[in-house]
Amino acid sequence: MEYVIAFVVGGLVCVVGQLLLDVGKLTPAHVMSTLVVAGVFLDFIGVYDKFIDFAGAGATVPITSFGHSLYHGAIGEAEKNGLIGVATGIFEVTSAGISAAIAFGFLASLVFKPKG
Amino acid sequence: MATKTKAKPIGSMQMTKQMYQQQASKYKPKRNVLLNCMRAFWVGGTICLFGQALQNMYIHFFGFTEKTASNPTVATLIFISVLLTGMGVYDNIGQYAGAGSAVPVTGFANSIASAAIEHRSEGFVLGVGGNMFKLAGSVIVFGVVAAFVAGILKSLFKMIF
Repeated sequence: MEYVIAFVVGGLVCVVGQLLLDVGKLTPAHVMSTLVVAGVFLDFIGVYDKFIDFAGAGATVPITSFGHSLYHGAIGEAEKNGLIGVATGIFEVTSAGISAAIAFGFLASLVFKPKG
Repeated sequence: MATKTKAKPIGSMQMTKQMYQQQASKYKPKRNVLLNCMRAFWVGGTICLFGQALQNMYIHFFGFTEKTASNPTVATLIFISVLLTGMGVYDNIGQYAGAGSAVPVTGFANSIASAAIEHRSEGFVLGVGGNMFKLAGSVIVFGVVAAFVAGILKSLFKMIF
């Protein structure tokens, strides 16, 4: 059942993105930025964690969860160290994603040639 | 003759912005919103389904908890996405699926890897290093700014109350 929910919810988030592209006439970069900010906002009002409990990977795989993790890292450190924690903790949770993307991206540029 | 044909478009010189947009919209490719949404739905859903399978694998075989498992899941998805981008497959998926392949975290990795590969000819420092975040940069900037502001607000809120 969790697979069905992940599929349907993840798909629906992508449909929201597609609607922003087609109906809102935004560029992909605008859509992604909007969704990340939306993820931060949803976590700020306390909704995103419940959303993850419900949808699993359907909520953690779309880019909105990037905003959620940024906010979570910031808040987690802020609870321990006060205001300065917002700055020191912001990349705490997303570190895996960003460093993986940078490292693999760089390695890919060594191995692959541009196509088309 | 030439002057005559040149004189003719005077009427169109007075064409207002609205008229121009009406004219131009005739030649714009029509977007089939419903079809695009269906494609985005099933491709995006499949990527999330795959993510769920990966996550369960990390929970059952590598001892991660439900909270921590999303990190290695995301890293694995990014690795696969970079690999597919390098082989030129991901761009084809993107053509078909639109937001279905752009919205999941794989699309983020795709934008980094494709920029890195594309600008390699300009050298590693100025090309790869300088352009890697050309597309993904805005996502990080806006995400961090939003999280920063929200984090400060929340912390201040907690201090006061």
